[in-house]
Amino acid sequence: MARTLFDKVWDAHVVERLQDGTCVLYIDRHLVHEVTSPQAFEGLRMAGRKLRRPDAHIAVVDHNIPTSDRSLGIAEEESRIQVETLETNVAAFGVPYFGLNDARQGIVHIIGPEQGLSLPGMTIVCGDSHTSTHGAMGSLAFGIGTSEVEHVMATQTLLQKPAKNMLVDVRGALPPGCTGKDLVLAIIGQIGTAGGTGHVIEYAGEAIRALDMAGRMTVCNMSIEAGARAGMIAPDETTFEYVRGKPFAPKGEALEQAIAYWRTLPSDAGAVYDKVVVVDATKIAPMVTWGTNPEAVLPITAVVPNPADEADEAKRVQLQRMVDYMALTPGQKLTDLKIDVVFIGSCTNGRIEDIRAAATVAKGRKVAAGVRALVVPGSGIVKQQAEVEGLDRILLDAGFEWREPGCSMCLGMNPDKLTPGQRSASTSNRNFEGRQGPGGRTHLVSPAMAAAAAVTGHLADVREIV
Amino acid sequence: MDAFTTLTGVAAPLPLANVDTDKIIPARFLKTIKRSGLGVHLFDTLRYDANGAERPEFVLNQEPYRHAEILIAHENFGCGSSREHAPWALLDFGIRCVIAPDFADIFHTNTFKNGILPIKLSREICDQLMDDAKLGGNARITVDLAEQVIVRPNGEKIPFEIDPFRKHLLLNGLDDIGQTLQHAPAIDSYEAKLRDEKAWMPAIHVD
Ligand code: SF4
Repeated sequence: MARTLFDKVWDAHVVERLQDGTCVLYIDRHLVHEVTSPQAFEGLRMAGRKLRRPDAHIAVVDHNIPTSDRSLGIAEEESRIQVETLETNVAAFGVPYFGLNDARQGIVHIIGPEQGLSLPGMTIVCGDSHTSTHGAMGSLAFGIGTSEVEHVMATQTLLQKPAKNMLVDVRGALPPGCTGKDLVLAIIGQIGTAGGTGHVIEYAGEAIRALDMAGRMTVCNMSIEAGARAGMIAPDETTFEYVRGKPFAPKGEALEQAIAYWRTLPSDAGAVYDKVVVVDATKIAPMVTWGTNPEAVLPITAVVPNPADEADEAKRVQLQRMVDYMALTPGQKLTDLKIDVVFIGSCTNGRIEDIRAAATVAKGRKVAAGVRALVVPGSGIVKQQAEVEGLDRILLDAGFEWREPGCSMCLGMNPDKLTPGQRSASTSNRNFEGRQGPGGRTHLVSPAMAAAAAVTGHLADVREIV
Repeated sequence: MDAFTTLTGVAAPLPLANVDTDKIIPARFLKTIKRSGLGVHLFDTLRYDANGAERPEFVLNQEPYRHAEILIAHENFGCGSSREHAPWALLDFGIRCVIAPDFADIFHTNTFKNGILPIKLSREICDQLMDDAKLGGNARITVDLAEQVIVRPNGEKIPFEIDPFRKHLLLNGLDDIGQTLQHAPAIDSYEAKLRDEKAWMPAIHVD
């Protein structure tokens, strides 16, 4: 029977199928960070259990750490305790670890692919919903809760029932000025924040094939914002080229064997999906979210919608709440919205390609007066590479801050936060109320659009700037 | 995980619908590194005033409900976030069983994973049990998992449904991990095959 990419990766990892359809699913790779792991290690300790396969795990600190000079340690006590706890735990349980002073440290979803730890055909999990990022490699990657973190540590498996298959078929080519970020925002705008619920989305079609790995990761990263269990893209030459030479990736003969296997993974002709959505890439413009969930998104050329136009009462109330929280006026042009803070980074857009895109816009320009603009590389390796290319100088000369790697302002859990009422243009993935700090107002955009907002001081159409 | 066989104890009435995970344990207590110790913050905003003093009108601040092991509530108990701090807080307080007309999905799964028995019964029966619970003192309720019945203080037995797999795990004190470890031979042979067929898969060693 014709199978999808998801079916193939799933089937290859079923250790045992139980009576009610639940599967014991083998997990190839587990990524560990400081926030969702402490109670899992505690559980192992209480039950006198060990890690079944320490060499299948990689731990890193990212969520809680400051992105300023870290030679003095972490000032905030609770964050410091979480980081120290992780360090004690990885030492006690023998978990491979990139510490705060390791150049390979970075956001968990950036370092997996970057180090060749996340590879096609794998099952990859992490106690974090944006684990869907790794699906860009052609792997099945999803977020899990703390009990499941402990379960993977002890058994190298999870008890799971298969998800349904959904195809997002992106036809045509993206217009100039549009990136993977604009595409995924447009997709979520089209299918809604619950459009993928219960499904694993496979992204396919011309525009997806044309994306580089960074763009594909951006798209898969936000699958969870469409409610999907995971997002996947079939591995192809772009994928294999990316993997080649990555530090932990197989080399030589082993790599050739792996590629031969990876070539068998794409969905068979005639494979059946439970749901199919067709997206016209040629109609997409640079996108910006105006409300407080990623579905509330519009082309930058649009105006703030009027809740009064919404017929459905419950939706009208929700739209009104968004307009109020975001301090908007219906009918106002999005390009008229003044910005206080620009954040370029996160597991959605913290890769070298994203920083290049921002630097292209920033080059020879200045951050507008009164705007604070942060660029936070997704990892130490991204930071090094950007410095080799001189991107840090371009950005610093333009008045951007150049920071140490971490989750930073993607979530208000470390010192990089919005203050109440501040409006940001952000390359991260969630614009929920208070996500970047209590009372903060977030507009999600691509890195080039974020840089355009920084140099103009308001949301701006990058196509009119470069 | 402790086995759940029969439980006879004080039941606390909480006649509220849509009790979300933030009500069960507010988000500000989530930066912890432990799963124990959250019991004092269970229902924090309902239980304490702004100065941290107990609100005497809240059920868990009253005798005998301070020692409650069973909680009876209304519809959609446990809605909100997926974090497991909510069942941890209940368990740490001493609650081993929650009875309600229905539960939010993820919370429902999380209770089982932490050895708490969630029982779905009609609103009408929940209200009867709530009346029993309000009798206080000697009005102990018994939950017999093997027989799948609740015994009211007047001796009447109320049957309830439970997924057989989940029942098996609870009765034997097997957490999901304990259960999966019974499949260890299958995992062993899967791994042997893996080393053979996917020899390219890198093991991680960091110096
Ligand atoms: S960058 Fe943001 S979304 Fe990504 S792992 Fe960190 S906090 Fe989560």
